[in-house]
Amino acid sequence: MRAVRTVAINVFRESVRDRVPYNLLLFAVLLISSSYLIGQLTAGQDVKIIKDLGLAATAVFGLFISIFIGIGLVSKEVERRSIYALLSKPVSRSQFIAGKYAGLVLTLAANVAVMAIALYAVLGYMVWSAPPTIRAGWDAPGMDPALLKAVFLIFVELMLVTAIALFFSTFSTPMLSAALTFGFFIVGHFNADLKNFDKVVSSRAAAWLARGAYHVLPDLSAFDVKTEVVHGLPVSAGYLATTTAYGLVYVAGLLLAATVIFSRRDFK
Amino acid sequence: MTPAIRIEELTKDYAIGFWRRRPYRALDRLTLEIEPGEVFGFLGPNGAGKTTTLKLLMQLIYPTAGRAEILGRPVGDVGVRRRIGYLPENPSFYDYLTAEELLNYFGELFGMPAPARGTRVSALLDRVGIGGERRLQLRKFSKGMIQRVGIAQALLNDPEVIFLDEPMSGLDPIGRRDVRSLILELRDQGRTIFFSSHILADAEALCRRVAIVAGGRLAAAGRLSDILAFQVHGWELVVANMSAELFARVKGSVRRATEISPGRYTLELSLEQSPDRILSALSAGGATLVSLNPMRETLEDFFMQRVAEVGKGARAPIAEATSAGR
Repeated sequence: MRAVRTVAINVFRESVRDRVPYNLLLFAVLLISSSYLIGQLTAGQDVKIIKDLGLAATAVFGLFISIFIGIGLVSKEVERRSIYALLSKPVSRSQFIAGKYAGLVLTLAANVAVMAIALYAVLGYMVWSAPPTIRAGWDAPGMDPALLKAVFLIFVELMLVTAIALFFSTFSTPMLSAALTFGFFIVGHFNADLKNFDKVVSSRAAAWLARGAYHVLPDLSAFDVKTEVVHGLPVSAGYLATTTAYGLVYVAGLLLAATVIFSRRDFK
Repeated sequence: MTPAIRIEELTKDYAIGFWRRRPYRALDRLTLEIEPGEVFGFLGPNGAGKTTTLKLLMQLIYPTAGRAEILGRPVGDVGVRRRIGYLPENPSFYDYLTAEELLNYFGELFGMPAPARGTRVSALLDRVGIGGERRLQLRKFSKGMIQRVGIAQALLNDPEVIFLDEPMSGLDPIGRRDVRSLILELRDQGRTIFFSSHILADAEALCRRVAIVAGGRLAAAGRLSDILAFQVHGWELVVANMSAELFARVKGSVRRATEISPGRYTLELSLEQSPDRILSALSAGGATLVSLNPMRETLEDFFMQRVAEVGKGARAPIAEATSAGR
């Protein structure tokens, strides 16, 4: 456990000293802040637009951070040969994978927290500046705590995307890992459509293939409750728990597969 | 006594080629035993299989066949890594860390408590000559300084067995001298040192036993005193003020004559030829004797001969190589 924690802290330190996540985070915070201006263009819908844009920016920039850092987690260590000295220390390859993953999840948590704070800061300003009569017309409170449900599920989804990126980075190049992870992300969001693919294609093989993909690939749309929280619709604790468990099962499976592949790998 | 390192029939094949994959043997049935407390030189030309062997011992790559143990434990045992140190060839670390942070990071992996770790890191960086630079990020370090940090991290856990892959690489003459004295210091403390090199002078100065690998095979192994013929096999004279006529006269009676500069020559005589006679002739001809030295076989001579034999396909029989390795 100590080895995993030590490797994780080093990953976090690396990302803190890397400029790319800073730039992405800065851009996300700017976008969330500018949602205030965009909100002004639509009378009466400004808070909804700020929430929509803020949550979307958190999801998109979180995705960029998890892919950009996730694909380099293992491959950079191998490319720069720093893994030679590291694996000669009392660290097993499974601890190395677990530590790398935990470090990136820690980084993501910090980034998502900063983006959520930025979103609440903009919403706080809206609440402060809007007259009570306007506030009364909003579907949900301006600084609605339910937004945290959406932020939390975005974070769980990013944990899953990070595990996909880490899995690919154990055996392929960073570019290929990025392309494959992004592909999985897209397919994951349209996974529900694969279930009924046989109704739109005549080929039985294609229908079976789509059905197989539906069962194997994670359904990432399950993590998207942005619309519900923006419109003040309920998202139950039970739904949060089952969706989180669903995500964590995939994460565990991906980390296991990444460990198996990485444990057999030769570092030439 | 349990050997510090035991290597038995260790073999590594790589698949090469894109469409038609075929095996390439990087290491062929290497067998060696290294006793505790000895400095063992693992020598060979580039591409001989030295780094492959070290990577196999560190489990960075897996063997196709054979096995290896360190301190009586299989190399795959993570626990044994608490007792060993490893300097990779041309080491590379994390650019964003300082030397101090890197060593602290590795120290944490060894479970060293913070106060002891700080003291150890500071003492080691002092020992390898990293001063105020220890608080700079490693991206600002020269190759030689990275090599010194690499040596420091290999010694962090006070290891019983130390593996050094080309430890002198990238070091200036002062650095090389420092590393030599450090290796001797570690030997005096009873550590086992397994170091690979293609610099034979280092091996001659530091090792009691060496192994030579070439083309992935063990070409020779044993004590330096056994594998080198230390008896004199000829004489070397350096002569000055020798006229062209005198040179033409003595040239036919020596094994080899080489002009160093005008009037200055090196003459090699076989053991059977007495230097006295030629010295008289040189003196009578007005030449001056600069030096007279007995010629002995060096590790370089032996190395070149064994590597050339393996290169010609005169592969060392496995049985012979195995017995020589022990």
